Amino acid sequence: MKNITPIWEVFVRAKNGLSHRHVGSVHAADARGAVEAARDVYTRRMEGVSLWVVPSNAITASDPGEAAALFAPAEDKIYRHPTFYVVPDNVKHI
Amino acid sequence: MAQTLALSPAELALRLGDDALILSHRLCEWCGRAPTLEVDLALSNIGLDLLGQAQFFLNYAGELDGNGRDADKLAYHREEHEFKNSLLAEQPNGDFARTMVRQFFFSAWQLLRFQELAASPDGTLAAIAAKALKEIAYHVQFAAEWVVRLGDGTAESKRRVAEGVIWSWRFVDELFTGEDAALRPAWEARVQATLAQAGLELPAPVRGITGGREGRHSEHLGHLLAEMQYVQRCHPNAQW
Repeated sequence: MKNITPIWEVFVRAKNGLSHRHVGSVHAADARGAVEAARDVYTRRMEGVSLWVVPSNAITASDPGEAAALFAPAEDKIYRHPTFYVVPDNVKHI
Repeated sequence: MAQTLALSPAELALRLGDDALILSHRLCEWCGRAPTLEVDLALSNIGLDLLGQAQFFLNYAGELDGNGRDADKLAYHREEHEFKNSLLAEQPNGDFARTMVRQFFFSAWQLLRFQELAASPDGTLAAIAAKALKEIAYHVQFAAEWVVRLGDGTAESKRRVAEGVIWSWRFVDELFTGEDAALRPAWEARVQATLAQAGLELPAPVRGITGGREGRHSEHLGHLLAEMQYVQRCHPNAQW
């Protein structure tokens, strides 16, 4: 039998103020079921306060064949890194 | 709240603790065997929630009983007829659909029962109930959604969930005996709403099977206890 249960990408917000981060994926028949599966698989040890699920087939990925064209030109442009200021100790998550 | 006073707190704690303990064991039997990894974890999570409830209730039951027994002693060193869980909780898992129906029926009952218990004059029971209610609300939702998904799914999933309803229905009466009878209309309304969404109907009344609350159990409980109590029976009071 063909497995037709869709895959969903799961994003977890660890705490308020932070952004949702990709943590993995789950199988579920519908969006509601995907949220519940994500809750059970990825937040059972208090990892998060909010969840997003997105159908995997809704994600458009960059083509690995274009990697050189897309990413290589950034390699020698170190002047794009803002290194001229000091991040205060109290500012986290940058 | 005269209704919650009809049973002694010790007896009530034992019943509710045994319900949670036995159903927890049933859910853990799915570990490694559930249809998908996601469902496997979900069932174990629910099982562990119930095990936590069982621990609180049974510790309290042991404390009131005054024989120096804690939750472990009560779980591992009692005979079958000393267990006071409902027959529904000890029913074999069957297929996934039947497990979901059993869970939905049980959790929907537990939700109503614990809402009442949270207002109990017994502070300990009220506190255990209040803590458990958040977990139970999720259990009801999770199980209800699976009942709908299966009922509204393929011809086979619908047949299986319908069979689960028939199987579990015989054990419903026992949940609403004595002081719990008043909870039945609210329970049936909740169950009927979900079954309607699933394209199923509330079964016609049947002669319910009771006895678990008095320690008269189905043949299934003995097998369950044989597995659950095995280590403590072989090595009494072993610890790790």
